[in-house]
This record gives sequence, C-alpha cells and structure tokens, in this order.
Amino acid sequence: MNRVTLNLIAWALALIWILPLVYAIWTAIHPPAYAARFELFAPLTLENFVRVWNAVPFDRYFLNTVLLVVFVVISQFVICTLAAYAFAVFPFRGSEWLFMLVLIQMMVMPEVLLVRNYATISDLGLLDTIPAIALPYLASAFGIFLFRQAFKSVPKELDEAARMEGAGPLQVLWRVYVPLARPTYLAYGLVMVAYHWNNFLWPLIITNSVTTRPITVGLQVFSTVEQGIDWPTITAATLLSVAPLLVAFLIFQRQFVQSFMRAGIR
Amino acid sequence: MISRNARIAWLLLAPAAVLLVAFTFYPTVATLIDSFHSTPRGRRPAEWVGAGHFQTMVADPIFRQAFVNNLIYAGVIIPASMGLALAMALLVNARIGGRAFVRLAFFTPTILPMIAVANIWMFFYAPDYGLIDQILGLFGMGGNNLLGMPGTALWALIVITVWKLAGFFMIFYLAALQQIPPSLLEAAALEGASPAQRLRRVILPLLMPTTLFILINAVIEAFRLVDHVIALTRGGPNNSTQLLLHYIYQVAFSYWDTGYAAALSVALLAVLALIALVQFGVLDKRIHYR
Repeated sequence: MNRVTLNLIAWALALIWILPLVYAIWTAIHPPAYAARFELFAPLTLENFVRVWNAVPFDRYFLNTVLLVVFVVISQFVICTLAAYAFAVFPFRGSEWLFMLVLIQMMVMPEVLLVRNYATISDLGLLDTIPAIALPYLASAFGIFLFRQAFKSVPKELDEAARMEGAGPLQVLWRVYVPLARPTYLAYGLVMVAYHWNNFLWPLIITNSVTTRPITVGLQVFSTVEQGIDWPTITAATLLSVAPLLVAFLIFQRQFVQSFMRAGIR
Repeated sequence: MISRNARIAWLLLAPAAVLLVAFTFYPTVATLIDSFHSTPRGRRPAEWVGAGHFQTMVADPIFRQAFVNNLIYAGVIIPASMGLALAMALLVNARIGGRAFVRLAFFTPTILPMIAVANIWMFFYAPDYGLIDQILGLFGMGGNNLLGMPGTALWALIVITVWKLAGFFMIFYLAALQQIPPSLLEAAALEGASPAQRLRRVILPLLMPTTLFILINAVIEAFRLVDHVIALTRGGPNNSTQLLLHYIYQVAFSYWDTGYAAALSVALLAVLALIALVQFGVLDKRIHYR
C-alpha cells in the first residue's frame, strides 16, 4: 500500500468517526430551522444552550457526577492498591487461587447482578444516594489486576532496601510501589473517570431524584421520542454534558496515550 | 498457624474482599437461589418453584429472540470492533499526515457517554430528514425508518456500538505497537519479509496478549452495553433489538418480576461463564507471553 492510499483511508475513517460530534456542534450552534439543512452561512446562536440549561438542573447533575466520579476513583485507588499489593508482594498458600476468584468479577460485572444488588442497596437503606451508585464498582477486579501487574515489575532490591531502612509494609507501599506505578494509576484513573462519567444503566435504576441523579440519567429526559424530537435541544444538552470530559481530553490527549504506553496496558 | 505473609495479606485484602463478597459473590449465589423461587408479592413470600422459571424461559419467545439477537450482536461487534481497532492503530502508528487529529477523531467516541451519542445517532437514522436517509434519497432509496424496521434496527445499534468501541480498543493496540522493538521489524525487513509477512509473522504474534485482553473487554461490552437500546428502541420494534441484559432490566424493573429476572440473569451468567472457560482454556494456550 502506498503512502497516498494509507493517508486517504486514515482520513476517510477519521472523518466518519468524528462526524457525529461535528454534527452535534453544527446543530447546537444554529437555529432549529438549520438542524437538517446544512448551509455554510447559517446564522449562529447560543440560544439552544441557554434553553437547555434552564430546562433541567444541569448544575446539580454536574455536581452529582463529579462527586460520584471523585468518590469512585479515590476509593478504587485505595481498595485496589491494598489488594494488589497483597497479591503481588505477600503471596501465601492459596493466594493464586484467590486471585483467580477475584478475576471472576471481570466477567460477572455488576450489571448482570443488578436485580440482587438493587435488593442489597435497598436493605442497606441507601437507595437513591450517590454511594449506592458507586458501591458495586469499588472493588474492581480490573484495577486489582492492573496494579498487581505494575507492582510485580518493581525491582525486588528497592523493596528490600526500604525494609532494611526499617519501613513497615504500608510505608514500603507508599514510598516504593505507588510512586513507581504512577503511569498505571494515571491510565487507569483516566479510563475510570470516563467510564463512571458515562455509566448509565445502574445509576438509572438506583437513583430517582434530582439531588442524586448523575448527568447521564438527567440527559435521558431529552431522548424521549414521545415529546417530539427537537434536535437542537438534544444536541445542545448532549454537548453540555460531555463538555468537561471533552475539554479535559483535548488538554491531556498526549499524556493520556503516553500513560497507556508507560503503564504497559497491552 | 498462619504465616506472617498471610496475616498481612488478609489485612490488605479485607476491604476488597468485603465488597467483592457483598456485590459479586453473594449476589451471584443469591440470584441462583432466587431463580428457583417465585417473586414475592405483597404479603406472599417467595415460594420454591423448582425449575418453573427455566421452563417458562425456554418457552418464552422474547427470551429466545433476545438470546439470538445477543449472539448476533456479539458475533458481529467483537470481530468488527477489534479488527477496526487494529487497523486504526496501524494507521496512526504509521507516518500519516495530521496524525494527532486522526488519533483524536478515532478516540472521541470513547469519552462520549453512550446515552448522549445515542441521541445524536438518532438523527442519523431518522426517516426522511436523517442524514443516512437523505443520502439514500439521492439514490432514490429514501423513506427508510432504520430504527423502526425489524430488519435493520439491530444492525443500526451494532453500527453505533462498533463505532463506540473500536476507538477505545485502538488505544490498547497502539500502546502495544509502540512497545515492539524496532530491531525486530528491521531484522524481518532485512530477511526480505514483505509488509504483509511482517504483520502476520512478527506484529500479530507479539500483539496476542493485547488481543486476548481486548477480546475479554469486547465480550463484556457485548453483553453489558444496552444504554443505546434504552435510549433508542427499548428492545423494539417487535423485540428485534431485545438483548439479554435489557430484557432482564425490563422484567425486573418494568414488570417487577424479580424471580423470573433472576432466572434470566442465571442464563446470562451461564453464557458468560462458558465464554470465560473457552477464553482461558483454549486461547490462553496459544498465546506466547514474553
């Protein structure tokens, strides 16, 4: 394949891939009359955004989502780090077997068990709270697996040197293992931010009030076909809800890809 | 007498263990038990019904359709998204113009919530004024309600899912490609290997661990991702886009039949367990880890 064809394929594919986003931006910044009529010099407007912002409590939804994501990511870091450290550095009889048991969670994702988990959350009296959205995801097998991989590649000499200095297990973890696994934390953290910012089904089931609903669930009111489809409203709402992630990604794009490479997630 | 290692390890594992038991192992067992009981209603507690739900399930045309749909859905999405991801990674790893933009374009679907992009895709699929129907109209083939016709609705959802997943998987392939030592490829080139041979004999074997990792993720997504079903079709028209998890969701939270939903969950768990066995049993032996 020569260079020209390669470029052509790459660009054609890229344009198809970004088309939905481009369309959303086009529609959101033009009056409703131009939703499906593409004229280069159509008048621009920000009215769609204003209307959407006033139609639903977006600020509250944003706050809920941010609280949720911060809570999930920090808890996962702590819980998965401790577990991964145990598996990587303190092997005991049966720990390999136990690790396999943990990995089962990768296939038995919380969504499959939503009926039972709903009952558990209800028994705990946590229905319609932000912790309830987070709880089933906190002990992530994926996280434990990745951190264990990262910890296993830490040279044994560093661990031993720290112990010689009299550091306890938690000090060694904090001073030696966690700093060396930084790229893994960054890559995993970014994936988890995107995952939980975007998660929909479980929050939809477990929340039913404005004060807990994350942005994805709040957005659903716009996709009810019964109300008659108003494209500018839908696309403006969509763009508003993804704007923080999109901006963050545009800024951190390079670090994002590089952290994956350094983390050796492959 | 437990060893010192085991004592420390268990202390470290305690939080994860409690959560995994509470939200993975206990509910798995409880779901299994629930599937043999009737749904408790009002003052009437759950009663043992034996294999009753499973007999209902086998005879349930909606379940059968959801099962077949999900197999088609997974069977298309997994190879299509993985193949595209590999192609994309090879493209953005090669020296092409505007590489940063192309990479960004491929990756955008990953950070957009499925529920949000489903709204945008709804416009593409809309009859008459939707983008796809407008283009088809130019060729005299307009007037299609792609999401409203049983023959095309599932495929319309498949396209969205592949679009969504390919860019995400690309990142993993790209990371793996960049870790292949250039000396290996140079050596192959010196031996006179063509680009196709280099891909088949050097690159693909080295990518196998990544491929397995992506495959596991693709399988999970093929049975987990129903956001766009809820947003666009709710399983319709005529159950043509009904998927297992969406049917479980409907039975449990629209009809409040938790007993039957538990039996459906067991069916989904069985499918996932079978896939996991095949993946770890068969595929793992063929992969050469470094």
